[in-house]
Amino acid sequence: MSTEAAEEVTLKKAGLTGGTTGGTVIGTTAATASETTRPPGIAPGRASRRLGPRRRLGLGRPVPYGWALGPLLLLAVWAAGSATGLIDARNLSAPWTVVTTAGDLIENGRLQSNLATSAQRAALGLLFGVLGGLILALVSGLSRIAEGVIDGPVQIKRAIPSLALIPLLILWFGIGESMKVITIALGVFVPVYIHTHNGLRTIDTRYVELAETVRLSRTAFLRHVVLPGALPGFLLGMRFAVTGAWLALVVVEQVNATSGIGYMMELARTYGQTDVIIVGLVVYGLLGLLSDALVRLVERRTLSWRRTLAG
Amino acid sequence: MATHPGGLTAEAPPTTVRIRNLIRSFGDRDVLDGLDLDVRAGEFVALLGRSGSGKSTLLRALAGLDHDVTGSGELSSPDPVSVVFQDARLLPWKRVLDNVVLGLDGPDPLERGRAALAEVGLAGREKAWPVELSGGEQQRVSLARSLVREPGLLLADEPFGALDALTRIRMHVLLRRLCARHRPAVLLVTHDVDEAIVLADRVVVLARGRIGADIPVELPAPRAHGGAAYAALRERLLAELGVDPTAQEENAA
Ligand SMILES: Nc1ncnc2c1ncn2[C@@H]1O[C@H](COP(=O)(O)OP(=O)(O)OP(=O)(O)O)[C@@H](O)[C@H]1O
Ligand SMILES: [Mg+2]
Repeated sequence: MSTEAAEEVTLKKAGLTGGTTGGTVIGTTAATASETTRPPGIAPGRASRRLGPRRRLGLGRPVPYGWALGPLLLLAVWAAGSATGLIDARNLSAPWTVVTTAGDLIENGRLQSNLATSAQRAALGLLFGVLGGLILALVSGLSRIAEGVIDGPVQIKRAIPSLALIPLLILWFGIGESMKVITIALGVFVPVYIHTHNGLRTIDTRYVELAETVRLSRTAFLRHVVLPGALPGFLLGMRFAVTGAWLALVVVEQVNATSGIGYMMELARTYGQTDVIIVGLVVYGLLGLLSDALVRLVERRTLSWRRTLAG
Repeated sequence: MATHPGGLTAEAPPTTVRIRNLIRSFGDRDVLDGLDLDVRAGEFVALLGRSGSGKSTLLRALAGLDHDVTGSGELSSPDPVSVVFQDARLLPWKRVLDNVVLGLDGPDPLERGRAALAEVGLAGREKAWPVELSGGEQQRVSLARSLVREPGLLLADEPFGALDALTRIRMHVLLRRLCARHRPAVLLVTHDVDEAIVLADRVVVLARGRIGADIPVELPAPRAHGGAAYAALRERLLAELGVDPTAQEENAA
């Protein structure tokens, strides 16, 4: 290998390690690199001259726990405002009040029972919505006729926010649990359908050709090519679906409910208990974060063949 | 499959691919226009032709991949037919071994798949994801996937076109060795005249929708580049392809 080429390699390595000065970097990496022939005493001077003025344009290394900075600052402002009386407790309870209220709510079991009700609604709505969206997407993705039948109505449904259907759903199903679950399911199935269908339709035709040349049966084709090919789309749809489910939940629980987190908050409003409202908001937020993290975990597990690409 | 004597010597292997009057058109343009071609069992045929001459169209017809193409003609090929594409075409969501045994039936597919991977020098990489392999390695997996089916006919459309020159030479050696062992009939499309000469028993040139030239390669076995016979053959093939300046005018159509 020529000296020029060797230096190129070393420079690249040095560039990757970032902040350290040229001399030390060359000294350490040259020893580990394959080009051991070059005397380390000569090149560092040249290399550091070329390295010196190079400016980093990227963002640099991530700050550890950097994501917590903003929320902590917000919390600090909130606490300071409450302590100094700048924030009126009737508008926004102090953080410590919220914490003790949360403790009380847990102690007397109100939080848990309401949370259980809410979680059950969301889970049922999610289940039916995802199943419906998935099945419709598969059917319409695999048959031109079925696509003609299914796709149009779904696109129309997509244009109508499912929350706008609540009055109609109340007339049809009353104000019981089924209305709530159906509203959530309606909000969930659209993104699942759209993204799964899109995933199916964008499967590379080259893979279809391959399946033909190795003579896959129809079922084997579904199993080995179609379903794995549509999985990324489906999981993306799932992430939207989960968010949509919580959103729909909030609305149905504040419109007509006698239990659930939303009901608890609605009740608190009539008594002016901002601390309870905040507890409800925090619970909603945590549920949203948790479920999104769950979907992403599943995504990482099942799409590990892509993770290697993304690094 | 029946033998077609066709005036050849008694010990010649039977014809395994037989194409007569094959026509394939896109719009009102006949890309293949009454093409005839025979390939014998175990014979390695390289298919040359200028870009757009219809090489891929012919290969896709043989592979049965031309569903929506209008055309006619008589076409018989052995069973099974394997295809090696220019891209390795591995399913990215399947590990290497699962790609090799995709759709493979018969006894012990996994064991046969492992053996095929070992044959192409990838023993130990069974559990790798396709993205973790280099281009050359991916193409070797694709070769393993084709050969594990013991095809009567191996179709390859510029299989090494995307590889660097060094890797390509290695793949030539590998392909020759594999073909010597498994003896499929091979139809290899290539742009590379040297590749055709090094690999093939016979080179056919596609021009104006038909086989324009059909030239046996009679060079001794390790075919290194160079030598008078090699150079003469190379020049002749280039002329058939219209690269020779003196031949340019008549082929320009
Ligand atoms: N699906 C298609 N629709 C319309 N025309 C096509 C289609 N496929 C091929 N053709 C035309 O048929 C002709 C032959 O194409 P083909 O792909 O067989 O060429 P080729 O010899 O393989 O070329 P190359 O060496 O560049 O791969 C080209 O002119 C091309 O434009
Ligand atoms: Mg082609």
